[in-house]
Amino acid sequence: MSLLKTETMVINMGPQHPSTHGVLRFILTTDGEVIHSAIPDIGYLHRGMEKIAEQITYHQFMPYTDRIDYLASMNCNWGYALTVERLMGIEVPRRAEFIRVLVGELNRIASHLIAVGAMGSDLGAFTPFLHAIREREWINDIMEMVCGVRLTFNYMRIGGVSYDLPEGFMQNLTEFLDYFEPKVKQFNDLLSYNKIFVERTSGVVPIPAEKAIGFSLAGPNLRASGVQWDLRRDDPYSVYRELEFEVPVGKGEYGETGDCLERYMIRINEMVESIGIIRQCIRMMPDGERIAKVPRVLKPPAGEIYARTEAPRGELGFYLISDGSQKPYRLKIRTGSFTAMSIIPDVAQGCLIADLVALIGSLDLIAPEIDR
Amino acid sequence: MKEFADIIRNALPVFKSIPDALYYGIWMLLVAGALLGVVSVIAGITSWVERRVAGRMMSRFGPNRVGPQGSLQWIADGIKCLLKEDLIPALADKPLFRLAPYIVFAGMFATWVVFPFSKKIIVADLNIGILYVLAVSSLVVIGILMAGWASNNKWSLLGAMRAVAQIVSYEVPSVLAVLSVVLVSGTLSMQGIVEHQRGGSGVLRWNIFHDPFLFIAFFVFFIAQIAEGNRTPFDLPEAESELVAGYSTEYSGMRFVMFYFAEWANLFVIGAVSSTLFFGGWEGPFIAGIHWFILKSCFFVFLLMWIRWTLPRLRVDQLMTLSWKYLTPFAFVCLVGAAAWILFLPDRYFMGMLK
Repeated sequence: MSLLKTETMVINMGPQHPSTHGVLRFILTTDGEVIHSAIPDIGYLHRGMEKIAEQITYHQFMPYTDRIDYLASMNCNWGYALTVERLMGIEVPRRAEFIRVLVGELNRIASHLIAVGAMGSDLGAFTPFLHAIREREWINDIMEMVCGVRLTFNYMRIGGVSYDLPEGFMQNLTEFLDYFEPKVKQFNDLLSYNKIFVERTSGVVPIPAEKAIGFSLAGPNLRASGVQWDLRRDDPYSVYRELEFEVPVGKGEYGETGDCLERYMIRINEMVESIGIIRQCIRMMPDGERIAKVPRVLKPPAGEIYARTEAPRGELGFYLISDGSQKPYRLKIRTGSFTAMSIIPDVAQGCLIADLVALIGSLDLIAPEIDR
Repeated sequence: MKEFADIIRNALPVFKSIPDALYYGIWMLLVAGALLGVVSVIAGITSWVERRVAGRMMSRFGPNRVGPQGSLQWIADGIKCLLKEDLIPALADKPLFRLAPYIVFAGMFATWVVFPFSKKIIVADLNIGILYVLAVSSLVVIGILMAGWASNNKWSLLGAMRAVAQIVSYEVPSVLAVLSVVLVSGTLSMQGIVEHQRGGSGVLRWNIFHDPFLFIAFFVFFIAQIAEGNRTPFDLPEAESELVAGYSTEYSGMRFVMFYFAEWANLFVIGAVSSTLFFGGWEGPFIAGIHWFILKSCFFVFLLMWIRWTLPRLRVDQLMTLSWKYLTPFAFVCLVGAAAWILFLPDRYFMGMLK
């Protein structure tokens, strides 16, 4: 029996909070600094996207997919377009496929820049975040060249892409890649190998591989736990079969496999790989059409399909049930952040509040993906 | 400052007729008011410098609209905060809530009394100089705890508890490092410490070069003072990403600004104390004077800002480990080493190479 009567404290890490990435809410039960339970409360950004999909036509839903994950809009567009194309049996022209890979990987770089920067910013390193934003500005300008928009691109269409690559695009892109490659090393020098950062993230909340698979983690989170699984390599779509790239997987070089630092370093390494993929696309870009012949009024055959892509935050899957009419019968969106959020109550027990912040940052959660 | 008071009193006979207590009382208030003005201006300008320095390090501009290069931004911010609604949470402990910012400010402000700006310019050369500085600067702990408790907010309380643990733990290595300097200088008085560092063409007799133990003691002292001032990498009490603003979350307007005034002016305090104890104070090559003191203190202020915008934050248990397991033993070793040094090599300075 303890002589000192203590009580646990219930704190609300509320929807408005500088560290949670978007409107996430946790109800923490803590004993001082140590967390006993962390219950997430989601739904603050629920916009009824899946219900909206049932009310509008297939073409009209494309801008909504941007908003599933606004930091990786291209990949969300792509996932949806892929699903409908597979259901209808539309074949996308080769040039359009290469353009898709190019902008998809570019968007992966942009998304990971924000992810690693925001994680640093949560841990108190404000400067590297702004350096990451500075690099991302150039990517925004490149995207603006291609589709006129800087954030929620609405670039892909069912059957291809909406605009072809303009004059000077390849030149601008090559300049950016040459500029960006040494910047990753600079970023690493400033943040990744900093002793304080390593102390804050190494060995913090390691997620073992079985648990990661059990909770359906996907993307960099899963690979950091040591699981060899990347949809671009293991379930290839588009032209990924023809491209050569490495898939970074956590090996416990920086601490324990599946800890926060591992997840962070996987994203840094993925950025470097994406640069290589984009260079290959630039080299291999064929001529051709930018979009297949797709009817204005789209009526897919009745049936159901599940198609998935490797978005920066994990597996983005669309489960589509069509009843043969112009509007989908049901569209279910499976996002990487949703499962990543669901693992937090399980692994957060026993860690400090400061570790919870590092954990949320390393899992790269984003509220619109969780709530849709 | 007492010499100036006496000079004026002797010069103008009309002042002789006023009783002592009244004359010196009014003089004290005048000097205190002037010092308050100086401190406020320094705090304001430090806030502008911090924002510009932070901006440039982050590859962006800082404030650059209000006044030339944004130099009047702090005046605009001060006026804005004065005009804000005075919000006190309904269930807060009102007297404590109101009092807390001023205690924090007073704890910082009182240390300015003994700073030796130059040979003549010092408000009061107390013979317990540096001991007074260390003692009075601990008052901020009470203010922070009051702020955290009276806010009636769990996050504020958490921030206040962390701050108290941090400040109290880092007092120990800080005081031990200062003790090493006091041993070598033979006096607690700030002017006395500076006098001990005079000569040697202005640089060679600085305490930091006196012996290797004082060299290490400086770094121990500097790191401990960063933690005392709640600056990154030790800014967990006000960790923006975790606790919004820690103990000052519920404060608005001028009360909120008081906390940050105290923090910015504290940067200069850290610079002033470091330069007095280890870097020769107002002594320097060529002409010694107030300009060296200001220059050295400003350099440390810049160094503190540089460190803040580069490094991430330590977690609370890592912070405590650093203080108790690393800095305190180092400080002890420095103290014993400095004592042994002056026992066996009493007249030598500059790492024992000069006499």
